[in-house]
Amino acid sequence: MKITVEIDRCVGGGQCVMAAPDVFDQDDDGLAVLLDPDPPAGLADDVQLAARLCPARAIVVEA
Amino acid sequence: MTQTSEALPAFPMTRPTPFDPPEGYAAVRDAGGLARVRLWDGRTAWLVTGYDEVRSLLSDPRISADRGHPGFPFPTAGREALERSGRTFVTMDPPEHGRLRRVFTKYFAIKRIEALRPMVQRIVDELVDDIMATPPPVDLVPALALEVPARTICRVLGMPFEDRHRFQALDHRRNTLTTSPEDVLRATEEMLAYADALITRKQREPADDLVSELVADQLGGDTVSREELVAAVRLLITAGHETTANMIAMSIATLLRHPEQLRELRADPSLVPNAVEELLRYISIFHISPTRVATERIEIGGHVIEAGDGVITAVAGANRDDAAFADAARFDLHREARHHVAFGYGVHQCLGQPLARVELQTVIETIFRRIPSLRLATDPESLSVKEYAFLSLTALPVTWEEQS
Ligand code: HEM
Ligand code: SF4
Repeated sequence: MKITVEIDRCVGGGQCVMAAPDVFDQDDDGLAVLLDPDPPAGLADDVQLAARLCPARAIVVEA
Repeated sequence: MTQTSEALPAFPMTRPTPFDPPEGYAAVRDAGGLARVRLWDGRTAWLVTGYDEVRSLLSDPRISADRGHPGFPFPTAGREALERSGRTFVTMDPPEHGRLRRVFTKYFAIKRIEALRPMVQRIVDELVDDIMATPPPVDLVPALALEVPARTICRVLGMPFEDRHRFQALDHRRNTLTTSPEDVLRATEEMLAYADALITRKQREPADDLVSELVADQLGGDTVSREELVAAVRLLITAGHETTANMIAMSIATLLRHPEQLRELRADPSLVPNAVEELLRYISIFHISPTRVATERIEIGGHVIEAGDGVITAVAGANRDDAAFADAARFDLHREARHHVAFGYGVHQCLGQPLARVELQTVIETIFRRIPSLRLATDPESLSVKEYAFLSLTALPVTWEEQS
């Protein structure tokens, strides 16, 4: 899995943090921070959900 | 759009019950997810009730939130006056929207809001103490639903509790669909004056609250003007207030109508967060919004939205789409509902949703734990909603077995 966050698109709100707290966090400005760009396979569902929930379509997941 | 609009269905449409969206929403969903409707002023707009179509349009750069656009759709004359006056980032498009929204994202980060749980719990406990000290029946709309978000936002923004009745009354005038345009504008002016005075007070006497922090972080900088800050503080006071209040009342009513699921929830409080997501989906208090206007031609669902056409992305329709939620008309607190669009979608998706979730989860866990025999004190069929910008119960009379 390879995750990228297009931070210019991020609007805060933290849907990704809710869906996959081991993979995403928020910085001091409330914008997304990628904690782990290549998380273990067990987190794949959470990551897919995060990408699906992101209202700004800022999260890209490659297999 | 020149074709005769008389033949088109009128919008807003009536609901069969507070708990079910207008029947017309399903018909529109079956017709490709969107269809044209007639507005109060004779103009037409696109009503969108398909899940995919709502998500796609709300995240489409060819769609604008600019209320100044001549084609922008409004449900009533009062709403038009309200929405066209006073710009905030809700009505701005990228990149201007992002510049302002990013000033506020830090205050609504998940971890920061989670830290407010004990404060919200105290507020809810005090209100439930008062309710239990009153002989039933009690109307939970004023006694609980309106109070939790009002007191919470007072604490968060650093406003005295006593002020809540003032902004509640103003907000109520603004959100009532039948309020005259003149009165809506007067109420908005008063809200702005209140926000302005609040900022001035925090400049003089900073305290441990969001507005003081905002003043310290931003005033005198070059990102936002004072006028923009005033408008944004006005937005923060109102945005999370009636929305959350109406969700609280409707959530309690919905759970009381599903006693078996309520029993499960009481037995296992770990179900509460998922139940709240399902309540957000099932209820969808944004029953006639969000609204937008197309700035370019868009082909979608076999239809063509022309540049300048109004677009109503009714999330209350999208959240009942069987293609996104199996047997969507059924309330099921176990289902995967997190992909609902009750908080909207796209760059304007609700900034305050972490706070709304903390309030809803706390209220629901607490009220049914502390008053396990809670039940409606009226015939469920008699519950009704107001002519209101949000789905809003007129009253929620409840009763319970008093332990003496
Ligand atoms: C259950 C309660 C709530 C619901 C259902 C709700 C729903 C929504 C929706 C649907 C939007 C998008 C509007 C649009 O796209 O035009 C929105 C935006 C917004 N909400 Fe909420 N909201 C709730 C509570 C709150 C709270 C508690 C706050 C903060 C105190 C808040 C602050 C905002 C703000 C600032 C925006 C504008 C965001 C932007 O335009 O970028 N909301 N809300
Ligand atoms: S879900 Fe998307 S927009 Fe929201 S914080 Fe995460 S990356 Fe940013």
